[in-house]
Amino acid sequence: MIAYILRSLAQGVLVLLVVAFIAFSMFRFVGDPVANMVGQEASLQDRQELRERLGLERPFPMQFVIFIGNAVQGDFGISYRQARPVSDLMRERLPATLELAMLSALFATVAGVGLGVYAAIRRDGFLANTVMTVSLVGVSLPTFLIGIGLIYIFAVELRWLPSFGRGQTVAIGWWTTGLLTESGLKSLVLPVLTLGFFQLTLIMRLVRSEMLEVMRADFIRFARARGIPERTIEFRHALRNTLIPVVTIAGLQLGSIIAFAIVTETVFQWPGLGSLFVQAVQFADVPVMAAYLVFVATVFVIMNLLVDITYVVLDPRLRGGRTLAK
Amino acid sequence: MTDTVLSVRDLRVEFHTRRGVLKAIDGVSFDIAKGEVLGVVGESGAGKSVTGSAVIGLIDPPGRIAGGEILLSGQRIDNLPPEQMRKVRGKRIGMIFQDPLTSLNPLYRISEQLIETITTHTDLSPSQARTRAIELLAEVGIPAPDRRIDSYPHEFSGGMRQRVVIALALCAEPELIIADEPTTALDVSVQAQIITLLKRLGREHGTAIMLVTHDMGVIAETADRVAVMYAGRVAEIGPVHDVVRNPLHPYAEGLMGAIPTLAGEEARLVQIPGSMPRLTRIPPGCAFNPRCGYRFGRCTVDRPDPLPWRGHKVACHLYDPASGPHFLGEGRTLAAAEKHEEATA
Repeated sequence: MIAYILRSLAQGVLVLLVVAFIAFSMFRFVGDPVANMVGQEASLQDRQELRERLGLERPFPMQFVIFIGNAVQGDFGISYRQARPVSDLMRERLPATLELAMLSALFATVAGVGLGVYAAIRRDGFLANTVMTVSLVGVSLPTFLIGIGLIYIFAVELRWLPSFGRGQTVAIGWWTTGLLTESGLKSLVLPVLTLGFFQLTLIMRLVRSEMLEVMRADFIRFARARGIPERTIEFRHALRNTLIPVVTIAGLQLGSIIAFAIVTETVFQWPGLGSLFVQAVQFADVPVMAAYLVFVATVFVIMNLLVDITYVVLDPRLRGGRTLAK
Repeated sequence: MTDTVLSVRDLRVEFHTRRGVLKAIDGVSFDIAKGEVLGVVGESGAGKSVTGSAVIGLIDPPGRIAGGEILLSGQRIDNLPPEQMRKVRGKRIGMIFQDPLTSLNPLYRISEQLIETITTHTDLSPSQARTRAIELLAEVGIPAPDRRIDSYPHEFSGGMRQRVVIALALCAEPELIIADEPTTALDVSVQAQIITLLKRLGREHGTAIMLVTHDMGVIAETADRVAVMYAGRVAEIGPVHDVVRNPLHPYAEGLMGAIPTLAGEEARLVQIPGSMPRLTRIPPGCAFNPRCGYRFGRCTVDRPDPLPWRGHKVACHLYDPASGPHFLGEGRTLAAAEKHEEATA
């Protein structure tokens, strides 16, 4: 068990190193940052000084080692555009993105698993078929269109919910939360629905097909032959077996909710990491882009690790270490 | 008979498919007495397993019981509402499936699965159920049951898992156990152990056992009586040694001729020519008539009813006095019929 987690962890570190290298390489290829930072009138000497201050004079491998060393300490340099430490910018934006993503993930998982189980149990029911048809829309419509549609209905026509921003937030230490004010909660509704909808439909369809598969298994038939009530069979025997493959896909999908909230954040002008990244791309703000890239990779590595641990919790066959039969 | 546990009367099971109605079981009748082992044999698709599923009420849609009656200790169970039938399953009828590797839920300890079954059917508390579960494991021959009970299914070998499956089927001391190919997926040496175990349990508890298999060796060793099925019908039913040594029905004769024996002098096994008809296109008259070497006019028109004959029941016109010159009277056997056929040909 411990060895299993350590192995996953080692793989994660390797992935992070590779991503950090790619992120770092961007500094080389996305033009000369100094040209973007100083005005037209800056003298050659000013430029040279800036170059040295940014550490751009050192050899490439040396720069990479320093980059990694700083990154481990949470230091991603200084934003070219805003002339502030990238880590400060990220920290300001992180709560907005994490709250949005966590709520979306919760919404997508709870509703997705629930509806998926329902659609599997009432396979030919009218409601189940309706849900399946609607889910097809969810899978095929692009996120921004769903966002704009929701804004049109609930913000423009019905005027129930705000169409942009986080509303009022409350600061708890460096963390700002929109969960404690009414306007903050209202502002969350549409972005959460938009961001979670695709994942919801995906998880739902996955749960349904896996569940139908499991319900055909021999041990389900045997459980019926033992006279176990149908509800117990569905929720105790079938669901847990269903979740193992679902966790893999859902885990990575939830990672992508956190990492790629970019579109939703843009549509709703959400002050999160995604919009920070979009701005950074527009201005070739390489330190911010690099930091964002490393952040995304970290999210995926953590999600992957959680998925691996969940496997072990769900499936005793992976635990090992116990006495085996002769 | 007061000690009849299972009585199946004229059972019919149909599957409605796009290609038409498939008659998986067509007029099957048999009884199993207390403590008796009835073997059910036949080739794939003969309806052996469907009969077992019908008795325990687990026919998968689109299949359904289209007629007949199933009585368990005199009580009709084929028309029970689903919830009441569920209470019969596991409590009064236990079932054992072919593949012990897939019969157990891989994610739960066998203790959880045993206790779940016991508490479903009895009033025992979980801790009493655990004690009972350990007793059951000991009874089916699992060594150190008090330690092994908390193992997961993957920590047992195939034969041990089948023992656990049997323990699960025994949880509520059922009157009847349906064993559907219980040894097919096991090593030959383990097969013998499982068969011995089943026989012992039937003897000690008076449990009636319906043993579905295509393995005549297993039947010969275990069963008291045997029913030979063909195309959803019972061709012949009788005491096992009698049927194996002197099969009456031409199909049963062919089936027994196809069993390899170590002592046999014949180098070649006898095959039955042709194959079983599709269940959507069973020929009129006797279902076996296209493959039968003894066929005569009546066989392609009249469907033979199972008639008693020397302690067997045979569904073959050769044993019906109404067949005139083709009737195999007392003392005449299939060999005589062969000569008769040759003479008239």
